[in-house]
Amino acid sequence: MSKKHYFDPEDLKKFGNIGEWQKPLADKFFSYYAEVFKEGALSEREKALIALAVAHTVQCPYCIDAYTSGCLEKGADEEQMMEAIHVAAAIRAGSSLVYGTQMMNHAKNLTM
Amino acid sequence: MGIHQKTKSLSSRHSALADTFFQLKVLNSKELTDMRFPLFSEKIKEAGFSDGRIKPTRIEIFQVNIGKLCNQTCSHCHVDAGPDKKEENMGREALEKCLEILAQYDIHTVDITGGAPEMNPNFRWFVEECRKLGKHVMDRCNLTIVVANKKYHDLPEFFAEHQVEVVSSLPHYSALRTDSQRGDGVFEDSMKAMQMLNAVGYGKEGTGLKLNLVYNPTGTFLPGNQASLEAEFKRQLKRKHDIDFNSLYAITNMPISRFLDYMIENGQYETYMQTLLEAFNPAAVAGVMCRNTISVSWDGYLYDCDFNQMLDLKVAGERTHINDFDLAALESRDIVLNQHCYGCTAGAGSSCGGQVA
Repeated sequence: MSKKHYFDPEDLKKFGNIGEWQKPLADKFFSYYAEVFKEGALSEREKALIALAVAHTVQCPYCIDAYTSGCLEKGADEEQMMEAIHVAAAIRAGSSLVYGTQMMNHAKNLTM
Repeated sequence: MGIHQKTKSLSSRHSALADTFFQLKVLNSKELTDMRFPLFSEKIKEAGFSDGRIKPTRIEIFQVNIGKLCNQTCSHCHVDAGPDKKEENMGREALEKCLEILAQYDIHTVDITGGAPEMNPNFRWFVEECRKLGKHVMDRCNLTIVVANKKYHDLPEFFAEHQVEVVSSLPHYSALRTDSQRGDGVFEDSMKAMQMLNAVGYGKEGTGLKLNLVYNPTGTFLPGNQASLEAEFKRQLKRKHDIDFNSLYAITNMPISRFLDYMIENGQYETYMQTLLEAFNPAAVAGVMCRNTISVSWDGYLYDCDFNQMLDLKVAGERTHINDFDLAALESRDIVLNQHCYGCTAGAGSSCGGQVA
């Protein structure tokens, strides 16, 4: 096997195969996963939008494909999906910027 | 604002897919694709239909497609309807024959579809006659017809007077999603029409006037949970447009006609068929609509469903026309199956009344 790239969309379909080498843990994971995404206090659509935002934060191509489809299936539209990604992006940007206070503190200590 | 059509009918484009025989060849992997999918008639054996056949339960719904004429040309239309379809529309004689059948048999519901059925000049008369026979009448209304021309503006009052159940396609509460499938301007006109229907009591508690919406995915993906979609549609339509409706029916896109054309054009046919196959739900088979519905075409032929009608797959047996309608024979026939039937058994299943499993 000599793949020239790390990510192949076809591999997403093989996700279930991780149980081949450690079934009890895979079973527990998939059962937990299915339970998490069921309608609860949050709707399935809201959960899919959160998943889409997280997928962009962890930059997982499989998750981005899966939850783009998932969001559309659950009835989300483009505007909602893009807003969800902006939430992820804002937290990412903010989490860098908020360290600016540390930089400022330190700089103030060092300077006259 | 008028509607800017998304596409043209397959027939006016002289597409090979305008030929139903060609569509069936594609679905059976004999044209355009080499990818073979298990035969639907084999697959249903997993669902307990061990001889690979499906029989009707009892005919309760008489669905009449009274014509292909429509003011819209939606990109997924399984009827290939449009403003150019001026010939394929049911005449008075065939409608009278339908009434004769309805008077003779205990079939409680008449489901009128099209095209835009209201564009058939006999539409109002036919509704009135069905009501005189005590039938429950459903009209599959595309909404925009109500505002398309002055002569249709009083349709909400007409529907209310005759207690017609209005079933309307609205693929999304977002204008972008809806217009991408049905044509620019459709969403705005649909909102106006729904407000007019609400104004006469449709979708309002206590009036008994039912306004149900049909959701279908605006692309090559499956519909999500019907109850969740209904809740979200209700919330968004109320919030943004002060619109009420009763129920939402989630329907899967069938891989035929203009949707098939769209998928082939975009290289998505095989992936979509695989999606339908992987989502095959044995529990949905028993609830498929062809078991309690008979579908009648504009020229009076009988079909197991509106999709078989559009593939020109007539009911099995000798008596395939309203002129020799035989209820007992129809109720003991084998339903004609083909590969598009995977559309009705995917996920929670799909029918003209929404999810079935």
